Amino acid sequence: MDIMLRLAWRNLWRQPRRTWLTTGAMVFSNVLLIFMISLQFGMYGLMIDNTLRIFSGHIQVQARGYKDDKKMREIVPDVRPLAAELRADLGSETIAARGLAFGLVSSEERSYGIGVYGVEPAFEPQVSNIPGLVGEGRYLDDIDAYEIVIGSALARNLRVSVGDELTLLGSGLDGSFAAAVLRVVGTFDSGARDIDRNIGEMPLGAFQEVFFMNGAGHQVVAMAPSLDDVPALESRIEAAIAGRNGLVVHDWDALEPGLRQAIEADMSSAFFMYGILVILVAFSVLNTQLMSVLERTHEFGVVMALGMKPGRLGGLVMLETALMGLMGLVLGAVIGAAITHWLGIQGYSIPGMEEMASQFNLPARIYPDTTWLSTLIGPAVVFVFTLLAAVYPALRLQRLHPVEAMRSA
Amino acid sequence: MHILPVLVQLAWRYLWRNHRRTIIMLSAVSVGAWAMIFMMALSRGMVDQMISDGISVIPGHVQIHNPAFLDDPSISNPIPYSQAELEHKFGDSGFVAWASRVRVPAVVMSERESRGVTLLGIDPAAERKFTFVDYDRVDGRFLDAVDDNGLVMGAKLADTLETGVGKRVVLMSQGPDNDIADRGFRVVGLFHANVESYEESFVFLGRQTAQEMLRIGDETTEVVFVGDDYRNVEPVYEKVTAAVDDSVAVSRWTEVDRYLGTILKTMDGFMLIWVVVIFLALSFGLVNTLVMAVFERVREIGLLLALGMKPGMVLGQIVIESMLLLGIGLLLGDLLAYVSVKPLESGIDLSIVAKGMEMFGASSILYPKLYLKDVILANVVVLVLGFLASLSPAWRASRYEPVEAITRVG
Repeated sequence: MDIMLRLAWRNLWRQPRRTWLTTGAMVFSNVLLIFMISLQFGMYGLMIDNTLRIFSGHIQVQARGYKDDKKMREIVPDVRPLAAELRADLGSETIAARGLAFGLVSSEERSYGIGVYGVEPAFEPQVSNIPGLVGEGRYLDDIDAYEIVIGSALARNLRVSVGDELTLLGSGLDGSFAAAVLRVVGTFDSGARDIDRNIGEMPLGAFQEVFFMNGAGHQVVAMAPSLDDVPALESRIEAAIAGRNGLVVHDWDALEPGLRQAIEADMSSAFFMYGILVILVAFSVLNTQLMSVLERTHEFGVVMALGMKPGRLGGLVMLETALMGLMGLVLGAVIGAAITHWLGIQGYSIPGMEEMASQFNLPARIYPDTTWLSTLIGPAVVFVFTLLAAVYPALRLQRLHPVEAMRSA
Repeated sequence: MHILPVLVQLAWRYLWRNHRRTIIMLSAVSVGAWAMIFMMALSRGMVDQMISDGISVIPGHVQIHNPAFLDDPSISNPIPYSQAELEHKFGDSGFVAWASRVRVPAVVMSERESRGVTLLGIDPAAERKFTFVDYDRVDGRFLDAVDDNGLVMGAKLADTLETGVGKRVVLMSQGPDNDIADRGFRVVGLFHANVESYEESFVFLGRQTAQEMLRIGDETTEVVFVGDDYRNVEPVYEKVTAAVDDSVAVSRWTEVDRYLGTILKTMDGFMLIWVVVIFLALSFGLVNTLVMAVFERVREIGLLLALGMKPGMVLGQIVIESMLLLGIGLLLGDLLAYVSVKPLESGIDLSIVAKGMEMFGASSILYPKLYLKDVILANVVVLVLGFLASLSPAWRASRYEPVEAITRVG
């Protein structure tokens, strides 16, 4: 085996320029693949995390059917005791109850239709990043206070600032007219225009009074420590609410179906591009190895006449390819990981990126995520296709007749 | 003087001397060219659809507003021209379409539910040319006049509100002095749109009906103009700017919807990057092929040089060989792209990822579009870069010392 290895290695360097060009194709594709895949995974992670951290959380308990239309009367009865119970049962603080209503808020000068969340001030910060984004004033603190925090753009449009009063008009759970005067205690700035312009949050106790909720709400939101822990948490919550009729548990994928689908759509177009790159490399390898086999026909005839089995010759060609592929893999992985890692520290942004980034709740500066998986998966696939490309040249050898082969120039 | 045909013929024969290598390289070039063009057709189709959906909502290519309206979309920031003045200014200035409208935020309430929406008070006749509503898919009827008493909303919104054609809803908004303006309307029609969120967020009234409800006389908040081509809105922009003074802000659609504007702007850049990346992946194989082709006929080249062929001709012959290879490969790739895109032009159904496409702002049916300029871009880039890449092997071949080359052992 050792002699085969040495033979293969030497054969590679009989045509150094060709070997380098073929390896170069691999390195080029590998570096590109590592960079793109790391970037993608980094972006997907951020996209999921940022989107879920705004409102939906990882898991929600809702009334059956609530998810699609968010109708007022599809309620979770006694929502605060339920949330408290889940917190106690699961020993987790990252669970909070909410109500959601739509209404018209008016200041002295302006009126806008918005969505108003009723939240538990003590627990909302554990499940959403909106409380942390309050720039001016403060977040809610008393669960029964007639207070509201609104998006900064909404505050600007309403021409109110912290301390001013707003009138809220809407319809309550029973369809009756709901109205309240709320004091603006803070404004938040999430960077997402739709949210900053269309959302307010008020304490759940006051919310239940204003909208005649009778202790009910619409969602219990839970965050798991990480995305991987979601299924476990989901089954525990499912077990905990098993006795309650009409309630269902949704995970983030059901709550934000767009998220996974956007990622899938993006991935499939990305994989098309990666596939093309890999195929082009494979063609390059096929060409090189076929040439290197054809130009050695005479030589192969000689060694076969001396008793070498065609199978071993085929093995030699595969070994040469594997060595070349390995060089491409190692060089590509090292260079690719170095570049990507460097960008991971520096972060980078594409001009015009900001607009697209905000559409997907992403920061304008992107930090690719270099992991072993994202570094090795691309080069590994290239390696496999490299070997596959060499199969045809290697198989050709099986049909070689020593005498004819030796006659060819 | 008849050297060029000879060189081409020579290159052609050399190409087929080693037909396996040529066929592999041709396949690689064709696959590369196909991928370039196919991918571009898909992206173009998607962006075109996004923009045509998007523009029809924004809508229009150019709009004018009260300068304060964009940040404070309130009835208190109306267009400072009366309807008659607008007619006078724009009535016969040759836009493909234009319309003035009342566009304000509002709340719509059924007996069950209430939602925040954008209220559009429109002139149905003028808007017909460009609103996103699919007029063939309206349940009930669409509005037919500026003083139509009915209300039209999206089918999805009607679902949420548990209302429908023939039922009544209450619309609340802000009047001119921040008193609440509200009125009941009968729903006369439900529209369907390509993107579900549009169905959730827009409610249509006749313009005059909306003005009556809001008690704003004949004031409007937005005038929109449509020209021939959304990619080039400058003629419309200039015409509109010339007709108005500083009391209104004129904006192009790319400034109103900056997400779509950015996409359109960066699109061509991304196309070019894609083409260049594919070419680079191809270039290794191309240079390799040429190097091999030169290498295996060093002695012949030496002989030709010794017989008096000019180094320039050797160089030319090898460059021609490379160009023939790329040219045929591109031709095959172009054909392949054409046959693969054509049958898909009736639309690719992506409804399994509909919600995801909506996050991009795209609808769930993708109509690939083959643009001549993209095909030309791909071909030109490959030929030009291919020419540059083949210079180095060709140059080396032309610099051989004849005697050395002839005596070299292959």
